[in-house]
Amino acid sequence: MLHPEFLIPFLSDIWPNLVNIRFGYFIRRVLLLIPLLIGLSILTFSISRVIPGDPVGLAAGPQATPEIKETLRREFGLDKPLPIQYVNYVAGLFRGDWGESLYSRRGVAESLRAFFPATLELTLAAVLLAAVLGTTLGVLSALYKDRIPDHVSRTVVLFFVSFPQFWLAMIFQLIFGLALGWFPISKRMDILMIPPETITGLYTVDSLLRLDFGAFKASVTHLFLPALVLSFGALASITRITRANMLEALDKDFVKMERAVGLPERLVIGKYVLRTAFIATLTVISLEFGWLMAGAVLVETIFDWPGLGLYIVESSLRMDFQPIMGITILYGVVFSLVNIFTDLIYGVLDPRIGYE
Amino acid sequence: MNEVKRVSSTLELEKNRRSARWENFRRGVYRFRSNTLSMVGLCMLLIVIVIAFIAPMIAPYPEDATGATHVLERFQSPSKAHFFGTDKIGRDIFSRVFMGTGLALQVGIVIISIAATIGVTLGAVAGYFGRWIDDLIMRITDIFLAVPALVLAIAITAALGKGITNVMIGISLVWWPGFARLTRSLVLSLKEEAFVEAANGIGASHARILFRHILPNAVSPIIVKMSTDFGFAVLTAAALGFIGLGAQPPTPEWGAMINDGRAYFPSEWWVATFPGLAIFVVVFSWNLLGDGLRDVLDPRSRR
Repeated sequence: MLHPEFLIPFLSDIWPNLVNIRFGYFIRRVLLLIPLLIGLSILTFSISRVIPGDPVGLAAGPQATPEIKETLRREFGLDKPLPIQYVNYVAGLFRGDWGESLYSRRGVAESLRAFFPATLELTLAAVLLAAVLGTTLGVLSALYKDRIPDHVSRTVVLFFVSFPQFWLAMIFQLIFGLALGWFPISKRMDILMIPPETITGLYTVDSLLRLDFGAFKASVTHLFLPALVLSFGALASITRITRANMLEALDKDFVKMERAVGLPERLVIGKYVLRTAFIATLTVISLEFGWLMAGAVLVETIFDWPGLGLYIVESSLRMDFQPIMGITILYGVVFSLVNIFTDLIYGVLDPRIGYE
Repeated sequence: MNEVKRVSSTLELEKNRRSARWENFRRGVYRFRSNTLSMVGLCMLLIVIVIAFIAPMIAPYPEDATGATHVLERFQSPSKAHFFGTDKIGRDIFSRVFMGTGLALQVGIVIISIAATIGVTLGAVAGYFGRWIDDLIMRITDIFLAVPALVLAIAITAALGKGITNVMIGISLVWWPGFARLTRSLVLSLKEEAFVEAANGIGASHARILFRHILPNAVSPIIVKMSTDFGFAVLTAAALGFIGLGAQPPTPEWGAMINDGRAYFPSEWWVATFPGLAIFVVVFSWNLLGDGLRDVLDPRSRR
């Protein structure tokens, strides 16, 4: 179906568009991040101060005397007036001091650095899987519109997106991990295996860069199941959009013209229609990245994947507010950057898109 | 004579308007009914709603949903006495799943109504008045949209404290920005229509224009969003329950029940499996229904 020339003209079309990037627009977008992040820091700060429970009491343990609690309170700066606490908090963010966990006393920034690559790897793999599966199903749906393959793919997609992901993760562990024994069901690596030395923090990439193929195989097999489960979250929207875009592209005049001149259907669809539809779909795919990164919270819990999700779940159950604030802000930053990046590639792929 | 004629023409106009609406509605119903999948969704949903109401009557052990324990009967596999088996303290899972149906629907209704109320109001005000009000509201919306809903919901719920009420508050607070954006864009385009200008010309108040002329024309896409979001709201609430932030024992909340069964999975697989299937049935029926409604009410997606 995919014509071999599908990619070549595709790329050659894109390169000239790079000139079209309006740098001024993107600098403005990045600058607009500043008020957004200020707002976000106020939001997380107010969330953390709403905590009606007694985080200090929790951290100090049940036997703590009032004096110990008071010392802890002073240590965390909780005895100062709120505006000063906020200013200290923001100043700390800039210094790279994101507070520390009341529970483990480990620095939040340090933990985030350790956990973020795991979540990033899982999310990237899931987006990739969702893109491949979703566009394939969407194209099938469009080509066989209102016929059996269309109904089947639309139903299957709705079917999988309706399962709670944490539950589906358990069932997949049972079927593909325990019963069939195809995939390991937890962590990022075999327990006895030493993870590759950190370059990017993504085990699959690092092991490849270190040419350690044993570790590569182990990391890919560990990655596959959680990424597959996670990808279902984005499957429905990618399939739906691909289908709509394909139908729209099939309706264009140039398609009628190509068919009229007698171009083989294989070429019309495989080269021209797919390309047109795919461009419009790419933006949705990159937007899904942010949502999948959130969905990773649940999938990580089940697969014991040492990422941000596991971290925020543990922290939220312990009312450990510093990590919760840090993770929320990190998610906000990544999500906003992905949105800007999406606009950027949209402009490169389709130069007719104007920026206001 | 002249007077009589004018009255009759107004009446006729009124009649025509009614019949046009009726015609539209009937066409929509026809389109919806010809879509098998959405009819399946609607039927499933009706069954779920009926179950929610009659659960206390048909559940064999309704007391198991409110705190009764039978430790001697723990971890019995599915049988005639316990269709879905029993959990770690011997409670009948069939009864608990059925008794939890009402709660799940209630959670979805509360979340979607709060989110839609806040979102539609703010979005309409922002779109209609424009200028600094618009800027202010949309910047706040942006802040909430900057963090994925699930993560922000976890943060807010964790801050408010565990419990099903706080889960509903937390999720509603992160769910409204979607409605605000949608409503704003609808209002922005409707504001330019001739009938708004006409209403303005005869001196209608802002409130009247907004609520009587603009919003009624924006209802369809909002309803579509409410129905497609309902399933995801139920899913998100179940996710928070699963994490352990939601309903506390012995409330039969499905997410929490899956969390309970996780430690005994897969040897005692039934503990976690059936609540998961229950969530699936509710979410799936809403998604089918929403898909059909989108086809009917949102002409742009109809192909």
